[in-house]
Amino acid sequence: MSLTVTDLRVSYQTLRGEVRALDGVSFTVADGEILGLAGESGCGKTTLGKSLIRLDGRMRHAGGTVELDGRELPIGDDRAMNAFRFREVSLVPQYSMSALNPTRRIGRMVAELLRSRGETLDRAKLETRLGQVGLPREVLDRYPIELSGGMKQRVVMVVSTLLDPSLLIADEITSALDVSTQQAVARALAGFRDAGHVRSMVFITHDLALTARIADTIMVMYAGMLAEKAPAKTMVEQPRHPYTRMLVDALPEVGARHAGRRLTGIAGSPPALLDPPPGCRFRERCPLADDGCAERPPVTEVAPGHHVACWKV
Amino acid sequence: MLTPDMLKLDDVTKTYRVGALGGKAVTAVDRVSFDVRAGEVVSLIGESGSGKSTIGRMVLGLTPVTSGSITVAGAPVRPGRAYYRSVQGVFQDPFSCYNPVFKADRVFRLIKETYHPGVPEDEWAERVRAAVRDVRLNPGEVLGKYPHQLSGGQLQRLLIARALLLDLKLLVADEITSMLDASTRVDVLNLLADLKTRGLAVLYVTHDLALGTYLAERTVVLWRGTVVERGPTEQVFGDPLHPYTRRLLAAVPRLHAPWEDAPEVRSCPYHDVGGTGGLAEATPGHFVACARLSDCRGDVP
Repeated sequence: MSLTVTDLRVSYQTLRGEVRALDGVSFTVADGEILGLAGESGCGKTTLGKSLIRLDGRMRHAGGTVELDGRELPIGDDRAMNAFRFREVSLVPQYSMSALNPTRRIGRMVAELLRSRGETLDRAKLETRLGQVGLPREVLDRYPIELSGGMKQRVVMVVSTLLDPSLLIADEITSALDVSTQQAVARALAGFRDAGHVRSMVFITHDLALTARIADTIMVMYAGMLAEKAPAKTMVEQPRHPYTRMLVDALPEVGARHAGRRLTGIAGSPPALLDPPPGCRFRERCPLADDGCAERPPVTEVAPGHHVACWKV
Repeated sequence: MLTPDMLKLDDVTKTYRVGALGGKAVTAVDRVSFDVRAGEVVSLIGESGSGKSTIGRMVLGLTPVTSGSITVAGAPVRPGRAYYRSVQGVFQDPFSCYNPVFKADRVFRLIKETYHPGVPEDEWAERVRAAVRDVRLNPGEVLGKYPHQLSGGQLQRLLIARALLLDLKLLVADEITSMLDASTRVDVLNLLADLKTRGLAVLYVTHDLALGTYLAERTVVLWRGTVVERGPTEQVFGDPLHPYTRRLLAAVPRLHAPWEDAPEVRSCPYHDVGGTGGLAEATPGHFVACARLSDCRGDVP
């Protein structure tokens, strides 16, 4: 078992109180698995991604454990985490531009980065990796501003996986890219897993269709909790949680026409997490909800590998 | 066609001067022609840098045209109060359209002060409530709130309600759903679909092909500032003729089908040269700019 997260709780400190962005999330990611993490804005998917590598100043580890390859990650301890970052857990951020130093050529920046971590640059390995994502070695002599968005994203992917980390977190890495670039980047990412450069991956995106293409397993979150986790195919073909079903129904496919089938959105909005209501958090927007939903639904395994948190399944 | 053209672009070109002292010229939009009829949604599809937003900005009079002409209901674009009474734009980021210090419904107040100063207060309040209901929002839930208390979808719909308070004929919707969640995105799209049945012409600018096809009667595909293919949406996406359109379609992730490999296109002019040849009518209303259309059709089944 590569990654095991147990009852993870992370909250944000605000002036008005504690916002419980992650409220008891448990899941596992196996070796060689790509876990797609999907959900609406504010569901806690980015918080979860950050929790696995670096809690920012406002975030507090309120409980639960994260175990990677049998060792517990000290996620609440910023310094102790340094030993794991880049070597064991690595990140590809949403805006690759902000991950690259604009005043350095790419090659020099990578060399400096590795030196600061006490590693030496294996230039041949770096060039091979660049080749695998379809970049010429010349990019090492360029400045970040000379590269397109998709190229920068791929450079960052190569750099963050250079030490062959066990877990890679990719947070919305394709949302600023065009469809054709998006496809290239997503495929390169899956290729890294296939080549064994990273053992497992958490792929965070709001785009369910994209997740379905590259992830092995999809986990849908709602208001800081797990709603449903299932193999990718099951998730898009036979979702069980009412929220996932509505989410899948809200997606237009290429070629779908308004005149043919009118898609429906989900009325209402997720509850505020400052003082979340007890029970099922989707209750207010759920067409199936009744009094029984006032109690928090447990996560149950309805089929092998298919977990749902709903009283109505 | 019975309905007249609401928006007509004729050979529109936009050149930007760049570099020190404006010594270099970059052509962002190159001889683009298409039209949008009343009661019709036309989607303008292209990747970053294809010139789609520039076209939207030119239609809104935010940037001048270098050559060619844009007419709205037969009259040239003339930015000013009279023009914006019938032509409005809604943009990608709803949060940046509101001043966070003021309540969100201030946008309606500004409309009244500029365009309807003579309308009595109570009648105006009723009109605002009606417009808010028209965009499927509950006036009691959204009026009197600050922007941060509303969701992106609500803010975006309020901006459309704001446009409806004018005598709106043409709406330029530039990536209006790309910042919204899947659950609220559809509500905004359905709203646009309802508005078009009331005779509104919508120019829907997007890079998302699925959203573009959902709404639009006709589609214009842009590549590096030129139109490579345009026509009825069913034909452009059902039987794409230009290799670029095919590539775009192949790259879209689909929920239920694996990624297709981009069709291999042999010696297509769009690979190596900037030009694509003129637009030729392949089937009635379906135009393609491909110098080797007949070869290509043979190449890719």
